[in-house]
Amino acid sequence: MTAVLTEPSVASGRSTGRERLAGLAQRRGSVVVLALLVLVASLSFDRFLTVGNLQNIAIQSSFLAIVALGMTFVIISGGIDLSVGSVFALGGVLAAYGIQWGSLVGLLLCLVPCGAIGLLNGMLVAYGRLAPFIVTLATLLGARGLLLAITDEGATTRLMPRDALLTSLGQDTFLGLGIPVWITLVLFTAGIVVLQRTGFGHSVFAVGGSREAATLMGLPVARTTMVVYLVSGLTAGLAGALAAAYSASGVTIVGEGLELEAIAAVVIGGTLLSGGRGTLIGTLIGVLIFTVVNSIFTQNNLDTSTQNIAKGVIIVGAVLLQTLTTRRAKT
Amino acid sequence: MTAVAAQPRVWLRDNGVYAALVLLMAYDLVFTENFATVSNLNTQLVQVAPVLIVALGMALVIGTEGVDLSVGSVMAIAAAILPLYLGYGLLPAIGLALVAGALCGMVNGTLVAVVGIQPIVATLALLVGGRGLALVLADGQLKDIRNPALLDLGAGKAFGVPYVVLIAVLLTVLVFLLVRYTTFGRQLVATGGNRSASELAGLPVRRVLMTTYVISGVLAAVAGVVATARLTASDPSSVGNLYELAAITAVVVGGTPLSGGRVRVLGTVAGALLMQLITATLIKHDLPDSTAQIVQAAIIVVAVYLQRSRTAS
Repeated sequence: MTAVLTEPSVASGRSTGRERLAGLAQRRGSVVVLALLVLVASLSFDRFLTVGNLQNIAIQSSFLAIVALGMTFVIISGGIDLSVGSVFALGGVLAAYGIQWGSLVGLLLCLVPCGAIGLLNGMLVAYGRLAPFIVTLATLLGARGLLLAITDEGATTRLMPRDALLTSLGQDTFLGLGIPVWITLVLFTAGIVVLQRTGFGHSVFAVGGSREAATLMGLPVARTTMVVYLVSGLTAGLAGALAAAYSASGVTIVGEGLELEAIAAVVIGGTLLSGGRGTLIGTLIGVLIFTVVNSIFTQNNLDTSTQNIAKGVIIVGAVLLQTLTTRRAKT
Repeated sequence: MTAVAAQPRVWLRDNGVYAALVLLMAYDLVFTENFATVSNLNTQLVQVAPVLIVALGMALVIGTEGVDLSVGSVMAIAAAILPLYLGYGLLPAIGLALVAGALCGMVNGTLVAVVGIQPIVATLALLVGGRGLALVLADGQLKDIRNPALLDLGAGKAFGVPYVVLIAVLLTVLVFLLVRYTTFGRQLVATGGNRSASELAGLPVRRVLMTTYVISGVLAAVAGVVATARLTASDPSSVGNLYELAAITAVVVGGTPLSGGRVRVLGTVAGALLMQLITATLIKHDLPDSTAQIVQAAIIVVAVYLQRSRTAS
């Protein structure tokens, strides 16, 4: 029993050589896909491997990556969070609204309600024992309703002053990379440390692997579940605030369908939807795959519809690869 | 939990949606102007019809412990196919749209039943890709429908009841009979209740799953045709948008548990009607869309909370 606490690899299912091989194949799979896409991209247009374009890709990835970070925690714990798209939009609008009283107020006004929505999700799932899919579907609607209510039914778009600190968090660069990219890197590093090296991280894997077993082991199952949804609410809100700062306005129409993109990125990255297994590096690769696809399609003047077909095919391809490798490892 | 304490809750779980619907209708009759008119009732029913048709298929899929996120995109594909083949006549065009829906269902069914991918992810791929496909088929354009037969299907009435509503009623009856009185219906419920036990009992689990997703795809295509006929235009970029969520909501509010093993067709109808009436009532009382969404969110949570007692006891 204590082995699980000290060795997360048991819970994450990479204990035997064979399974480790399958895990590698899974992660390699997405790396291979990413490498192929980069190759296609650099062949199909010259400007792909320029500093400017790579900077662009990095900043465009950062917002989805931050959302997908929280989603990875939720999915590893065996849940799902459909509300992130709405919370992302809500966070952006709240930040743009609160910035009139200063950057700190703007950030707090964004993070506190978004965190509260995450906490509400977590409480309903952990203590109410309600299905995560439905709970977060309800908060998807509720958060979108809240968003419309505070923007005169979506008619008001609030601009963010260019000289405010919060706006510069979205727009400034440091060592050539946008601040959101640095924030993403810091958050992912912190996330990896938390998942791999802390008791909380190990609980997340254990709860996702088997809720009953985790309960029997005396792990704080309900608290762990609550915290992962809180994290997801906070990351979605923060990403929304940064995206709003990047475009210097709190737009109400963003974020629709973002939950699906985040889930797809997490799944492509090798995190199992059934929980108990997954990596943040994989998620980052999944996000990059999506952004590179976007980049290829926009540079070649292909419309979003063909782009969406390609995304659908990539999701199926990645999951097929995952399922087949996992199954081979089992038999 | 004692039997006595459990009873009101069980009653609410099983009949809450009907009670809520009756209460809301009573409220509307008394307090809402122009509610109890034939034209208003027809408007409400016509508006709810496409959601209901999609929700019928969704109820079956959820009964197998699955979910079908692709329905909105399948509607868009059906809508995009219609104007391409209307030149050959109405029936061939509708037929091809339904075949496309069936094919989409087969893709979902194969991924879920044969490959063993979780339904959320399998159908998510078609949700993302399907609308793209629809837009490519339609060249990204909205096309006006001029075929008189199709326009009549969208606007015409028989005995004062719109065709659209009649189609929804007919499909509801068919799905109800399918679940209640056929072998397939029992196999579906058994598969959703306990898949491995069903496999051990020798039920054709894969075929049941496949058929269920095909039915869901075809019903979504029907909804796409109906929505297009009503709109008098094929608009693949917006038709069916977020219908997956509306359908899931109707099914869950109607008392079908997400954990599978139970399909409540009439509850689904009541769920769809309830959500439609709430929005209509709030709009008629000049409350904004945002309030409607927040109220709907609260209703979903209450509905799922009531269902919880089923698993807890």
